[in-house]
Amino acid sequence: MSHQKSFQYADLLSVLERVVDIMSAPDQYSYPSVFIYGHRATGKSHVVLSIMKDLELPHASVDCVECVSSGLLFHQVLSAFFGPDAAALLPRCPSLSDFVRLYKQMSSNSPATQTRYIILDRAERMRDMDFSLLPALLRLQELVNDNVTVILLSEIVWEKFRPNTGCFEPLLFHFPDYSKGKSLVQILSWDHHPSYTPELYASYINILLGVFFSVCRDLRELRHLAVLNFSKFCEPLEKGEAKESDIHKLWKNIEPHLQRAMQTVYLREVSSVQWEQQQMDEKEATTLRVLSAHAHIELPYYSKFLLIAAYLASFNPARTDRRFFLKSHGKIRKTNFLKKHEKTSNHLLGPKPFPLDRLMAIFYSVVDSRVAPTASVFSQISSLVTLQLLSQVGHDDQLDSPKYKCSVSLDFILAISRCVCVCVRLLDLLALSLVIQSQVVRQERSLFTAVSNLHLL
Amino acid sequence: MFNAAEMSEIPLTSSVSKGCFVFKSASKKRKRHVGVEVLPSLHQLNKKVLDSLAEFIKKHGLGCSSDNWRQRARETPTAALMLGVNVPDHAMTFRSLCNLLQDSVTPFVVSVHAKECAAVKLLIQKVLEQLMGRGVSVDEEQEDDTALLQRTQCTISALCQWYKTVTKSLPVVVIFKDFEAFNSQVLQDFILICSRYTQELPFIFIFGIATSPSAIQHRLPHSVSSLLCIEVFHSLSRTQHLASVFDKLILNSQFPFKLSSRVIQVLVGIFLYHDFSVQNFVKGLQFSMLEHFKSQPLSMLCCQKQEALLSAKTLSKKNVERIRHLPSFMRYVETQEPQEQVQLLTNDEHVKVTLLFHNKLHVSCIEKNLWETEEYDSALQLLRILAKDELVAALRKCAEILKSTKILQNVLQQLEDFIGRLEALEGVSSEDSSGNGIISGKMEYQRTDLFQLQKTLLEKESRRTKRMNPYEVLRSQVIEFIDSLVREYLTPAELQPLNEVCYYSSSGVLRQRLNVTPRTSIQAALSHPFYYLQNESLKTDAGTISSAAPDLCIVYKLHLECGRLINLYDWLEAFLTVMSAAEDQDTNSEECGKYDSLKHARFIQAVSEMEFLGFIKSTKQKTDHVARLTWGGC
Repeated sequence: MSHQKSFQYADLLSVLERVVDIMSAPDQYSYPSVFIYGHRATGKSHVVLSIMKDLELPHASVDCVECVSSGLLFHQVLSAFFGPDAAALLPRCPSLSDFVRLYKQMSSNSPATQTRYIILDRAERMRDMDFSLLPALLRLQELVNDNVTVILLSEIVWEKFRPNTGCFEPLLFHFPDYSKGKSLVQILSWDHHPSYTPELYASYINILLGVFFSVCRDLRELRHLAVLNFSKFCEPLEKGEAKESDIHKLWKNIEPHLQRAMQTVYLREVSSVQWEQQQMDEKEATTLRVLSAHAHIELPYYSKFLLIAAYLASFNPARTDRRFFLKSHGKIRKTNFLKKHEKTSNHLLGPKPFPLDRLMAIFYSVVDSRVAPTASVFSQISSLVTLQLLSQVGHDDQLDSPKYKCSVSLDFILAISRCVCVCVRLLDLLALSLVIQSQVVRQERSLFTAVSNLHLL
Repeated sequence: MFNAAEMSEIPLTSSVSKGCFVFKSASKKRKRHVGVEVLPSLHQLNKKVLDSLAEFIKKHGLGCSSDNWRQRARETPTAALMLGVNVPDHAMTFRSLCNLLQDSVTPFVVSVHAKECAAVKLLIQKVLEQLMGRGVSVDEEQEDDTALLQRTQCTISALCQWYKTVTKSLPVVVIFKDFEAFNSQVLQDFILICSRYTQELPFIFIFGIATSPSAIQHRLPHSVSSLLCIEVFHSLSRTQHLASVFDKLILNSQFPFKLSSRVIQVLVGIFLYHDFSVQNFVKGLQFSMLEHFKSQPLSMLCCQKQEALLSAKTLSKKNVERIRHLPSFMRYVETQEPQEQVQLLTNDEHVKVTLLFHNKLHVSCIEKNLWETEEYDSALQLLRILAKDELVAALRKCAEILKSTKILQNVLQQLEDFIGRLEALEGVSSEDSSGNGIISGKMEYQRTDLFQLQKTLLEKESRRTKRMNPYEVLRSQVIEFIDSLVREYLTPAELQPLNEVCYYSSSGVLRQRLNVTPRTSIQAALSHPFYYLQNESLKTDAGTISSAAPDLCIVYKLHLECGRLINLYDWLEAFLTVMSAAEDQDTNSEECGKYDSLKHARFIQAVSEMEFLGFIKSTKQKTDHVARLTWGGC
């Protein structure tokens, strides 16, 4: 879709014209199915629904997320076209043929004077439903012999929908992204504040986009952010410190604020209500406690050790256990101590599954005191699994030899071991096993920053 | 004595929280109320958090219509309630939260559990059931509608229709009890669906989170979490929670039953090392109480003072004899004058009188809250570095306690004198030696993290080589005084006469019962069958395999000698050898070495029992082999 990036507002208008074209002759049979795609908040459903409303066309609008079964979809369509009584005639678990039969029966009683539209929002969910549903809906017109058009709305391209067996090809429309220069500013400027001039609001929007456009193109989100931060923008004006023409001064005032918003309220680390409140009592300099600031988890003492042991088991090759956890391990020559593939991997490859007894063996060697194998030690493992700090792998042999994976990050483990490590030995152990991985970790970190940079671009 | 049948009459689970304990004494057949200071229902402790949550919901329930712009952004107000890692403990909190919300905010409260919501459909069904079912049951006129509702589709739009008929415009609160356990896809879909209806149906979510708030970001992508307006609420941390339970139950003079320091160590150890569960702690307390009343016949004296006095007067001869045999009482007798000793040992009445006296002394001792003698040193060191105002406050507190007890008046006098002198120092510029805000109360139970802090503080103290100012001189005097005071009056509880009446001290039993080791007991049963069966013929030396033992034990002992894979044939051979060794002794055994189908069958049964117990399993790596699932040999 990269070639479509330079789409302008005019392109959107042309798309609209074509869409309206299809719908402008309601008394004739229309094209059986239309597929409209575009990113979030590019106005797909809004456009389609407002056309329906303005032209007063008969339509059934269904959100596929809600349709946990295809029966619900049929029910909604029938009740929209023929009233709830018709929908009530559907059997308990309606099949596609039930739907078609009932539709035919109903439409013969009340034949369509104009095209009926079935609008399926978030159509990508249809792929998870019955495999015959999508191909059947695409040629529903044929099946029910009625003037009906199915409009599919999705964020994904059509190629990802096409079933293996092939199907009727719908008419494709693409709603392009809003470009920064014109359309976004224009649209966002529509909801300007009545007590300020539209020009001021437009310049505010420009500043806002300058900060947020690189990370977010969702119109809905941008509007939300614009409303949230506007009062702060106007603060100097209200105090009389600046005039509407002092754009530079206003920019200086708002820019750091917006940067902060990007790190907190945009990521929902701070709720919008809290953000507003903070703006109100800014003078008191309240520091908001963000969500990720409470990453610390209080765990029972042995649970911490279990988690550390699980981490070591997950990221160290089993061959090296002998070296790390046995006091009198045999001499291993350094040169070929690790195989080549082991040197490169571990953190990049992610956690590996390990059996329960390996976990317990490492646990006993890591814990400084003698621990009885009590029931509560074992129940801690299962509670770590429910907390999703460990995850259980495989389902075939759960009773005899369950396997686990450690699903927490290195930073988390380091934080935990810092509060647990009274004994130096464990620190050594961690350090030792991490030395091998440190190089990998460094690589991984740089990769992460690279990826996040890419994301920002 | 209490027999088993009577023990079963004791309300096991609700005992502490319900109030009085009812015991039937077998000899006297009368009910005895052991006044137990009630466990203040735990939700009192979480009251603050719950109230702020209710406030949050009220605010959003009312404010949602006025804030026009938030409607546009379709944000659903969400409270992230941090409850700590022990999930079973949360049940009580959620129950009281539900009640609180239903009483004060909105009748529409739904709480869902991850187990019952494996798919969105089930989750929606659960929500609908709880909401609409409840609405109907409140209003009986709508009874006919229920049939209709059951036939309607299980969707949120159906809920919307229903909500319009109710028209109370109160928020609908959905509580996700265990957020971590929910399938993230289910959660995402549910939030997406609900956000479509925010205009008509004011939803408010409460996530019960056990780990940390970042769990929300791990489970939900930005497109979904941007539909939420999340605020975080913290409940009391587990250790704080435990401390308050301690204050209310153990450091309480109203509560005659006491635990010895060893028992407390066991209970606190289970809490800190294993589960962080306050509920389990309270259960442990209940259990030790039961054990105490069951195993110690003199525990009948462990009740409120009035009743104790009454029952002490009417002690039976047998029980008086028991008192004489108490080690602590014997120690006490030894310290008395000779003729007093004779009297104590012969005259029942005299024993009773002394008993009354001691009971008083005992209570006074307990009232001062000093029971953890090993913590005393560290607390004293802490006092030594307290800043002045804190010291005065601490002394004031002591004075308060002493005033209320009406004993040790001279001590009180001295204390007040010290306080006066400290205040007189006001003019003298006394710099705050180390401004650290630890209010040690007096001897409250110190937790490990506090120990760390103390260590660093002590290091700081030792490094300082300043000259002492007047305040410091006075402070050291005060500390000396307190030290001498404590040494005089607060001897360890174990040394007090008659401590056995009130103190439960068998920590071994408690550990055995509460911190069970199933594997150890299975291994003990298999390797030492005598331990459980108590059959003389099973007594063996360590390391040998007796043929008299059950087949399973023989097979188990033999398998300990094997590696990870066990050859079944070799195993059978070894088994037969052991069996025939026994026969060799009594008969000359002509059929030795021959396969006896009976023995074969016995072997197979024992092996399958081993598999059932989880020691071995069949393997595909090698034919005729089984894999061992435990490690370690004999």
